[in-house]
Amino acid sequence: MKKLGKVITLLGALALLIGGLAGCGKSSSNSSGASDNQSTVAKIKKRGTLRVAVFGDLPPYGWVNKSGKRVGYDITLARRVAKDLSVKIKFVQVNANNRVDALNANKVDIVLANFTVTSERKQVVSFAKPYMKVSVGVVSPKRAPITKVSQLKGKNLIVTKGTTAENYFTAKQSSVNLLKFDSKTQQFNALKNSRGVALADDNSYLYAWVKNNPKYTVGIKGIGPKQYISPAVKKGNTSLLNWTNKEITKLTKAGFFKTDYQKQLKPYFGKEVKASDIIIN
Amino acid sequence: MAHSGIDVLTMGSNFWRLLGGLWITIRIALVASIIGILLGSLLGILRTLPNRPLRVVLRLYLEFFRIVPTVVLLFLFYYILPKQFNLNLPANQVATLVFALWVAAEMSDIVRGALQSVSTHQREAGQAIGLNYWQLQRYVLIPQAWPLCLPATVNLLTRVVKTTSLLMLISVMDVINIGQQIIEANNKTDPNGVFWIYGIIFLFYFLINYPLSRWAKHLTQHQLEATHL
Repeated sequence: MKKLGKVITLLGALALLIGGLAGCGKSSSNSSGASDNQSTVAKIKKRGTLRVAVFGDLPPYGWVNKSGKRVGYDITLARRVAKDLSVKIKFVQVNANNRVDALNANKVDIVLANFTVTSERKQVVSFAKPYMKVSVGVVSPKRAPITKVSQLKGKNLIVTKGTTAENYFTAKQSSVNLLKFDSKTQQFNALKNSRGVALADDNSYLYAWVKNNPKYTVGIKGIGPKQYISPAVKKGNTSLLNWTNKEITKLTKAGFFKTDYQKQLKPYFGKEVKASDIIIN
Repeated sequence: MAHSGIDVLTMGSNFWRLLGGLWITIRIALVASIIGILLGSLLGILRTLPNRPLRVVLRLYLEFFRIVPTVVLLFLFYYILPKQFNLNLPANQVATLVFALWVAAEMSDIVRGALQSVSTHQREAGQAIGLNYWQLQRYVLIPQAWPLCLPATVNLLTRVVKTTSLLMLISVMDVINIGQQIIEANNKTDPNGVFWIYGIIFLFYFLINYPLSRWAKHLTQHQLEATHL
């Protein structure tokens, strides 16, 4: 019995310790405002380096080529932004899950990692003007192409759980039967095995996939609301946010994204896609 | 074009990049182990002192690092603590720090156990010839406890090496992270490349850990023979 008491005391103490740490986390995230902003334009220039969160494993947006160099649509933009700030660039590789934390813990100044603007994310980071747009697309075999949503009524449509495609069809197109999978590999295999008449996902993924699978076509290029990809900065960092907004406007006017598209994305997407399907004019 | 995907390894500087990642892995594991073993040995000795509050504090330290998963610790030290204390260390240093603290915690328990398992006769004999506390540690307890901790310590080292695979969570460019980059860069053209990359990573870990575990086994056998004499 004495031993049990000891164990309970120990557990209690540990719980207090962990709770204390978590409590600190909450109180300080409220107080962290502009006062401890380490990523203002002035501070970045003074430091001489821009720290950018990027993907390292998502061709053609952010990846590493065989000679070990970071390349991709987002990376080209990142290098250009650093050049226009006249500072050096430092890449910090992140996963989809830690993009927000990297910003909030001051690990990076800006995120350029295929970051889709959503209302949930808007509450924790500040998004600048978008530099790319995506929407849900539907891919189907060329011999039985699906070109209208009405063709899907009562048929099986393949999606991946947690994607915008799943959300859209669940909320807006309830007459379609959804066949849900956990990963991209699984969903594409399911389509190849004809488990459904078509597959819905972000259209930019689908363009890249049909390039390597010429028996299929993106019959519906865009459905539902458009989604935008934007640079993100820490919430409250108005200095860098305003600078980035001006930069995006300037680069759009100068045709920078068109060139970036031609160089980085076009080789992956194939002929079906036009630059205007992806970039913002 | 049917090929096995082995060219993924030889393409460009891919193999050298993997070796570079392996070096990061080894460096973090090695530095953390050295710091951790030194600190842990000291804490282990302190835990045998008859001072109750000190023992409770050190016990809490041990349990904290043993119970909380390494993933959570890394996340805490890399993303959450910098916000409180404005202490912004680079990812590699955070990784070394967390691993060193973890090794120290585990090591303190190994050392405490070893010291306490030295028979009471030895301790009493030492006291009888007038050795003071530190002399007793230096000449009687540590020399006899040392061989007892070795196998468990080597075992801990192999765990440290394997656990470095979690470091990609905090943006450390270790061998797993580099492997992931290479796999995704070639996934469209060489879907089989993934087997070769993970195969070579398996081989790397094996080449580090197998000699270590052989050594641990050798030490254990040595010890068994010694005690059965």
